[in-house]
This record gives sequence, C-alpha cells and structure tokens, in this order.
Amino acid sequence: MDDSPILTVTGLEAGVADEDLDILKGVDLAIRPGEIHAIMGPNGSGKSTLAKVIAGHPEYEATDGSAEFNGEDLLEMEPDERAQAGVFMAFQYPVEIPGVSIANFMRTALQSRLEDGEELDLFDFQELLMERMELLDMDVSFAQRPVNDGFSGGEKKRNEILQMAVLKPSLAVMDETDSGLDIDALKIVAHGVNTLRQENPEMSVLLITHYQRILNHIVPDRVHVMMNGKIVESGGPEIALELEAQGYEEYRKAHAA
Amino acid sequence: MPSNEVIQGLGLDDYKFGFVTDSEPVFKTRPGLDEEVVRQISARKDEPEWMLKRRLKALRIYEAKPMPQWGGDLSELEETLSRTYFYAKPQEQMERSWDDVPENIKETFERLGIPEAERKILAGVGAQYDSEMVYHSLKEEWESKGVIFDSIEDGLKNHPELFRKHFGTVIPAADNKFAALNSAVWSGGSFVYIPPGVQLETPLQAYFRVNQERLGQFERTLIIAGEGSRAHYIEGCTAPVYSTDSFHSGVIEIVVNRDAYFRYTTIQNWSNNMYNLVTQRALVQQGAHMEWLDGNLGSKLTMKYPSCYLMGEGAHGEILSIAYAGDGQHQDTGGKVIHVAPRTTSSIVSKSISKGTGRSSYRGLCKVYDGATHARSNVECDALLINETSRTDTFPYIEIDEKSATVGHEATVSKVGDEQLFYLMSRGMDEAEAMALIVRGFIEPIAKELPLEYAVELNRLIELEMEGSVG
Repeated sequence: MDDSPILTVTGLEAGVADEDLDILKGVDLAIRPGEIHAIMGPNGSGKSTLAKVIAGHPEYEATDGSAEFNGEDLLEMEPDERAQAGVFMAFQYPVEIPGVSIANFMRTALQSRLEDGEELDLFDFQELLMERMELLDMDVSFAQRPVNDGFSGGEKKRNEILQMAVLKPSLAVMDETDSGLDIDALKIVAHGVNTLRQENPEMSVLLITHYQRILNHIVPDRVHVMMNGKIVESGGPEIALELEAQGYEEYRKAHAA
Repeated sequence: MPSNEVIQGLGLDDYKFGFVTDSEPVFKTRPGLDEEVVRQISARKDEPEWMLKRRLKALRIYEAKPMPQWGGDLSELEETLSRTYFYAKPQEQMERSWDDVPENIKETFERLGIPEAERKILAGVGAQYDSEMVYHSLKEEWESKGVIFDSIEDGLKNHPELFRKHFGTVIPAADNKFAALNSAVWSGGSFVYIPPGVQLETPLQAYFRVNQERLGQFERTLIIAGEGSRAHYIEGCTAPVYSTDSFHSGVIEIVVNRDAYFRYTTIQNWSNNMYNLVTQRALVQQGAHMEWLDGNLGSKLTMKYPSCYLMGEGAHGEILSIAYAGDGQHQDTGGKVIHVAPRTTSSIVSKSISKGTGRSSYRGLCKVYDGATHARSNVECDALLINETSRTDTFPYIEIDEKSATVGHEATVSKVGDEQLFYLMSRGMDEAEAMALIVRGFIEPIAKELPLEYAVELNRLIELEMEGSVG
C-alpha cells in the first residue's frame, strides 16, 4: 500500500467567509489510503467546519495553511472539481431537490464526470445503480423517489450512502452522519460504509461525530479530539471510549493543563 | 432582414435558436392599421361579406378600447404597432406534400429540428409559415373519421356554416382590445372539428413560426370537439431574432361539447423583443373535460391566461402552465376558471421561473356563480427565483357567489439556495448543470405531461438558459 497521505491538512485556519473570526485555528491532519479517521468534539469545536472546508462549501473560507488532496491544492479547487477528483461528503443535513429522482440525480452526477460529447450509457448506468442498491439492501423503488424530498432522517442518510456507493470516492467525509439516527438506522449506515470499504480497501474515511456510538460499528484507525478549532489529541480508538466515559467537559478540564 | 451581426451580437440571455431565413412574401400590406388594410386582408382571402363586416366592426371596437393599464408595460406598443405589417402572404398556394415545400422553408423546419423529430407523423402536421399555412396534410385515418384539420382560411371556405356558427362565439371581438384586434386582422391558424364520438390517439400538431421582420402574427384558431369525442391538439412555435419589436396576438377558441375530452398543448418560445398577447378560452359543456397545457418562454412581455368556462354540470377544466422569464422579460401568465354550473371542478397549476432581471407574475381568476353548487376549484402557483434581481408576483382573484363551493389557493416562492447548489456540486456537477437540474425538478410536475419531444426540447432550452445564469 502506498504510504503517502491522500489528504494532508497543514496549519489550516478557516472561518465563515466575510467574517473575521476563525473557526479553525490551525488544524493538522494526514490521512493515508484505506485509513479511517474519526474526529470527535463538542458542539462548536469546528469539526463540521473542517468537513465543509474540505468539501469546498462556499460559505467557508480558508485564511491560512493548506490542504492537499493527492498532491493537489484542494483549496484552489471548486466543489465539483473536488468531487471529480474523488472527494465525497455525506451531508449532515442532506438537501431536498424536489422533482428530481435519485436515479436522475445520480445519472447527472456521473454524466458530469465524462468528457464533453461523451454520453453515459443508460443501460450501464441502470445496471450500476441496481447493483449498488442491492449491495446496500435497498428497495429498487427508492431510486425513483425525489432526492430527499419527504424523506425521514434515516432515509436521507441512506441516500447519502447510496450516492457514495455509486460515485465511489477515494475519500469519504462523513459529517455527523450518525446524528439523529436511531440504532437500527445507524447500523444500516455503518453496514453500508463497511461494505464499501470491503469492496475498496483503499477508500479513506473521515468520520466527523459527536458520539462514540458509531465507532462501535465503523472502527477507526485514528481518533482525533477537536476543541476550539484545534486537534488537541490524537490516538487509537481507546480515546473515543475515554471521551464517552468522561464527557467533553471533564475531558476539557483534564486536558486544560 | 437583420444582419448576422445582430444575431451574433446578442448575449447569453438572448434567444438561442434565433435565425432568419430569406423568404420574400408574395404580398404584404403597408405597415400600420386602418380600414383599408383590413379590407385588403379580407379581399386577399376572398372572404364572404359577413366576415369583412365582422372584421370592420372589430376594428372599430379595437380603436375604441383603451390600452390595458394592468399586467405588463404596454407603453411602447402603440409605436410598435404603427410599424407592424398586419398581413403578409408568403406563397400563393397551399402546399400538400413535403416535396412541394420550398427549400428555404424546409431549411427553417430543419433548423427547428422538426423533420427529424416529426417526419414520421408529418403526414398529420399542419405547419404555419408566416401568416398562412404552407404545408398541410391530414392523415387519411382522420379524414375517414370525418375529422377536419384545416387552415382557418380553408375552414371558412370549405365549411362555411359550421365556421360561422362558432366563430367568435367563445371570444367575441368585444372581449378585450387584443381580441378585437385579432378579429379585425386575423390570418392563419387552424380550424379543427372532431365529430361526435371520434377518439384520436395521435395528437393533431401544428407548427408555425413568424419569419418576417415586423410582421405581426394574428393567428386565429377555432376548435370544435363533438359530443363524447377525445383529442389532443399540440402547437409549438419558435421565432427568429428581430432587431425591432415584434408583436403576436392570437385568439384560440375551443368548444368542448358534452362528455368530450380535449387537451390543448402549446409551448411558445418567442424572441425576446416580442409582445405576446394571446386570448385563449374554452367553453366546456356538461360532463366535458378541458385541459390547457401552456408553456411560455422568451418574449419581451407575455400576457396570457388560458380560460375554461365551465358551462354544464360536472364540467372539468384544468390549466397547467410554465413560464420562464429571462433577463428583461416579463411573463404575466396564469389562468381563469369560471364555474357556471353545478358540480363543476377545476384546477390551476402554475410554475414560473425568473432569472436575472426577469419577472414573472401569476394572474388568475376563479369565479363561481350563484347556482354552481358544490363547485370545486384548486389553485397552486409556485415561483422559483434564480438570482437576487429576479422578481415574482401573485395576483389571485377569487370571486365566489355560491355558498357550497370549495376553493383552495396555495402559492409558494422559492429561491435556488446556495446549499442546494453546493449539494449538487459536491456530487461533481458544475454550477450550470446543478442549476439546470434544480429547474428541471421544479417544472417536472408539468413537464411530465408534455409529449416526449417537447419535454426534451424544454430541457435543452433550460440547460442553455442556465449557462451564464451563475457567477
């Protein structure tokens, strides 16, 4: 396995565009192919901001530091260029697109990856979509529903996993995918991610979460604790358990000194 | 004819399929309108005396009626009309077969993509070129069923009694200023008669285009659907880019007799200097069902409110409309449903998209007369704004004189959000692709009702329009 990181974040400072205040205050992170990293932290620690800056959300702006993806300057790329390079973000709040079926949405996304003048073969696409849905134990009728429109929280998250399965990213950023899910939905999502990882062991995952719970189902290689815009501690899965036992408040005090 | 520079000099927001082919009219009136022009039109068409009288009477009504002060900005219209040719005759004879259609006209159709899409059903196409039919043939099957699908002129010539019985009964000249104008100078359009009980599976299609600079197009269509008949009429038209203002004012009259079903589909995509002021109305008799499917793109100003007058018990009227207002364009569209009889039902679904400085207005009327017991009506209008500068308004007029009536109205306005765009872009689409997908989703409830080739064309137009809408 190639040991050079797929994602390298160095001294990254970022905040909401047009506002002076930095939310990220110097983040360092390196993820190698096939690794699963979890970032944990209390509300407002900046973990979701990190996810959004990596995916290229227009509301956020990097003010200092760098982020490289496969050696390319990620911060210079548009969100669609990042997606085409292999970055995928599973949204915390997936957006509704009324009138657009999941199948149509996925077809357009795959078509956008082709050269101008090249047409996606519809039969190949149909086959791929069916195969991906089968992999994730999804009913085929799901693909005909309008994207996230009228979906339950669990359905929205499953839709994110389906998109991930179709687009086959090399880096999946999961922004609090577990929030608001009951245990059954959580297991379904975790099963999806694990299945995709089995299929492609090179796929890296950056898992942003508030709770340790999901890490029982998606086992991380590294856990980072984020507080006040910085990664304050990194280690193995045991850190997550420690956090869960103490709570962020205790943890903060313990690490204040 | 405008030069190529004029066409090429237009920016992204301008009309995409604009072009002009060189076709010299055989005859045209001088610009502007007076009694002499009306007499010339009637004489050219070799019309009976009663029609000339109708035209002259309509002219007087037109002259007496003031310009509407509502809807869109018509302040420059008088000046436009003074430059308008009210009649131009492209060819002396009606064409019957495709081979006889002149090359330059074929080229026009070619560039519209019509031959490819339509050749198979061309046998049933009535196409209007300039102010008159140049190509018109009717499927033998229809003829054998007694269906009449003619140019409006031939309708008057060949079926004088049927024509006279219905002409102007749905939309009298005095209805509004532009109906009066059309009644005075009408030229071109279709005459359709479906005999009682006849059911047509294949839609009747008419294509036409305006292709003469400063040519006013005053199409007139009269459709009579016999008792228990069933048919679908489709009309689509595109117009070339002009360097000066242009004017289109059609009148579409439809009589839907007892228990008949009729659907009228039209997609209009005018060049963006066009005033498009159309009156279209259906009289819907007992148990009958009328649907207007109306797409309005382009033009400088469109004012168009397809109407259903529900005259007989249990009559049903439906209006589905899409309006797209690009930069500098105003789409003032909607629908009218008039409930006269008991247990009549109606539904209006209107979707508008405004881009750049485009403005769309929904203007609708739901009227329930006393005695139209248990009438039900539902209106839904949704507006989508693409840019901060885009504008939309809603003017729903509701007049209920019947206690047992049920009327619902729902309006929504949405903006294409940054979050929506980011979501799609994070899946790899560029901004224009993302925008086009959102717009396509927005109009999907109506687009899915369109014949496939129209839906495809509409999608393509939206994609073109969304390029350059962002950034």
